[in-house]
Amino acid sequence: MRAYTPKDNVQAKAYYTDRFYVSPQVPKQDVSTDAIFASDLAAISAKFEVKDAFIQVTNMVVYINASDIYGVLKLMRDELEYTQLTEMSAIDWLAKDKTFEIFYQMLSMNKHKRIRIKYFIQKGQAVDSVNELFRSADWSEREMFDMFGIEANNHPFMKRILMPYDWQGHPLLKTYPLQGDEFAAWYEVDKIYGKEARDIIGPELRDTANINRYDSERFARLGFEQPKGTVITGNEEPTVQTYQEDGGVFLIKKYDKDASKIVDDPQR
Amino acid sequence: MAQHKVNYTQDGGLPVALTSIDKIVNWGRSNSIWALTYGLACCGIEMMASGASRFDFDRFGTIFRASPRQADVMIVAGTLTKKHAEFIKRLYDQMTEPKWVISMGSCANTGGMFNTYATVQGCDRIIPVDLYLPGCAPRPETLQYGVMLLQKKIRANHASKAQKAKRLM
Repeated sequence: MRAYTPKDNVQAKAYYTDRFYVSPQVPKQDVSTDAIFASDLAAISAKFEVKDAFIQVTNMVVYINASDIYGVLKLMRDELEYTQLTEMSAIDWLAKDKTFEIFYQMLSMNKHKRIRIKYFIQKGQAVDSVNELFRSADWSEREMFDMFGIEANNHPFMKRILMPYDWQGHPLLKTYPLQGDEFAAWYEVDKIYGKEARDIIGPELRDTANINRYDSERFARLGFEQPKGTVITGNEEPTVQTYQEDGGVFLIKKYDKDASKIVDDPQR
Repeated sequence: MAQHKVNYTQDGGLPVALTSIDKIVNWGRSNSIWALTYGLACCGIEMMASGASRFDFDRFGTIFRASPRQADVMIVAGTLTKKHAEFIKRLYDQMTEPKWVISMGSCANTGGMFNTYATVQGCDRIIPVDLYLPGCAPRPETLQYGVMLLQKKIRANHASKAQKAKRLM
């Protein structure tokens, strides 16, 4: 099994070592190139501080302050016709600058436009729930809490949604190991049988590189099964498959393999 | 009163069979393996196909039941997540003895391709398994073959002797 290397620092490191490498950027356009977006942005910036705004791939991206989110979304829903919150979640930038980036993807069915509202929060900081404005935020904010540990203030039911309630850790953090920490590895054993069962049941076998070439010979091929522990020499006789015992089965019609029709046409 | 004549003395025509208790109990058990409806993922689709008309599980006496209290075999068909692990144990405990477990497909056998934090790496970490079916997903033929092997395993038991309940630990 590949040794686990700590992922705490992996985002801070440069992925490419080529000093002339320029990472591809999604081209940004000025908001003034789109009349509808320009008027929307003017309406938002009249009441709230807008830190940055641009158009990326027909979506307007607006950076605001974290404390303004409820007011901005209320304004967009009630006055700017952005009536749907299609998606919201967080992005883990903890290794880069110790922040989470929260995004809200808004859709206007009347204007055929999408706006992405974004802001940054520090680790441990809570966000304001927009559940009262959009019901879709209910589960999205729970999922954000489950996956990142970001709580939403004023949420009616701030519990985990995907992982069990007694889970520890937030799996979508970049620092969370893909194959789970120790709590995850023993979760079901600890919960069902107790910690004393760990020695009996044993650790999880997660070695994907462990390939036993005899597995397919003794296990996966019908008609060539061998009992576990058999020393495979390579010249095993095929195991004749008998669905019934030699003497026949009580009250059951004798199975005659020769009398049965074997369909070997794959296009049947 | 039936008009036709039944020739009871004809070969095999006698409505009497002499046998042992073991054989008749095992005949009953092995030919009415009621399975718990337990499709967890895509293997459940193959399990449903096995139960439907083309492959026709009914001719084995395998009928899917929606309650563990009426089921004899639990076919774990699909990915077992860690969140669901306590419930598979609860359902298994609710099944009446004698009971058997078929682990169907790679995910139920070993966790399969889901080498992640949220997947139980083999349902035999939770419950004792009698039969492992390879495949991703196994075809209905494989499941039928597995049920026939399970029938053979049941017939090898001595029904008149007290059987030790299978427990993981």
